[in-house]
Amino acid sequence: MMLNPISTQSVIVCDQCDSLLQEAALEPGGKAVCASCDNVLYRSQPHGMLLSLVFSLTAAILFLISNAFPIVTISAQGLTNSTTLLDAVYRLISDGIPSIAMLVLVTTFLMPALEILTLIYLLLPLNFGRLPPGLSVAFRLVYLVRPWAMVEVFMMGLLVTITKLNAFASVSPDIGLGSFVLLMIFVTAAAANFDPHLFWKQVDLIRGRKASI
Amino acid sequence: MISALSQNMVGCDACGLAQKASPSSRRLVCGRCGSHMHLRKPNSISRTWALVIAAYVLIIPANLMPVMATGSLFGTEKDTIFGGVEFLWNSNSQVLAIILFCASIVIPFSKLFCLTFLLISVQQRSSWRPKFRAKLYRLVEAVGRWSMIDVYVATMLTALVHFGDLMSIRAGAGAIAFAIVVVLTIFAAKSFDPRLIWDAAYSSISNDNLVKESHV
Repeated sequence: MMLNPISTQSVIVCDQCDSLLQEAALEPGGKAVCASCDNVLYRSQPHGMLLSLVFSLTAAILFLISNAFPIVTISAQGLTNSTTLLDAVYRLISDGIPSIAMLVLVTTFLMPALEILTLIYLLLPLNFGRLPPGLSVAFRLVYLVRPWAMVEVFMMGLLVTITKLNAFASVSPDIGLGSFVLLMIFVTAAAANFDPHLFWKQVDLIRGRKASI
Repeated sequence: MISALSQNMVGCDACGLAQKASPSSRRLVCGRCGSHMHLRKPNSISRTWALVIAAYVLIIPANLMPVMATGSLFGTEKDTIFGGVEFLWNSNSQVLAIILFCASIVIPFSKLFCLTFLLISVQQRSSWRPKFRAKLYRLVEAVGRWSMIDVYVATMLTALVHFGDLMSIRAGAGAIAFAIVVVLTIFAAKSFDPRLIWDAAYSSISNDNLVKESHV
């Protein structure tokens, strides 16, 4: 059953506790908090959609660099070895542990890539006052993908790995490592600035403008 | 608090739009973003229990079996999760050791205990501090992903340390069990519906009020 959006756009529902609340305008930088469960409902980010787009575009470039270059090189007793993320996944598969290889591939490669691409797909037209085809599918994809994109956790894993390796080998960071650190920052910033409340406000605005022409 | 359900309304989880819905309507689709909506997540309690119990079972091999096997000229050395933490502590990286201990041992166990507590409290229709329990749930949902650290460490060590017979590291069976525990607990947290905390809390409060009113 398809539902019609209610005419009074001023009522919102807390997704955590199901409270019905009256929407209120925020001062810049403020956030709206649920009265009964303290859940953050939406934030005021005046340039959120533009910032999110800029961060996503930067993240896309960093993503390519991060995966094209090796992350670290280790050398011990005259032997050296370096790996990219995809090399690591490939090695796990050839070592006979495809289940973990897939988990790593999905959480550090596929999902972050999908998240960045979908954000660009949504926000690039939006910032020029247009709506991309399949808008709602793409929006839902962002929400489906986000919990499984774990670049920041992967970074912490790399830190632990390097510390462990330092005990018996010399570890030298490569371009991929620095790029991954930046990627982590920009992906997080892109996600933090993408407020669904504001996003749909802008979509409704563009739709309204189209309808009135 | 007025719940959306009591007013025959539902909020979309993805885009947040409030819309009309009656409990009798079967499939709810958001009119704005097309997401499937639920008045309450379907079979939330039994689904969450199933995932939590499966995770309880697997967390035992995850902690007892080796996550990593280091093979060298001098034989093979097997490391459990706790062994990895110990190694970091002894190699003068106490901060990282504490982070890894929290991520790999404290978080998975406390996540399971918290979910168990939330499930039981909802089933008992408890009205004890719903705000605290709601915050606990959000914490559980947010920190779960950090348990993946050990999976990434095992991956990167396997990829980097393969010098043939001289020295090579392989991920062990414990790593698979551990990865499954992490994924199961993420799904468990997702299938739990925090709105049930409030439903239970408010239904028992209104029952109490009814009892009080009838006494007056």
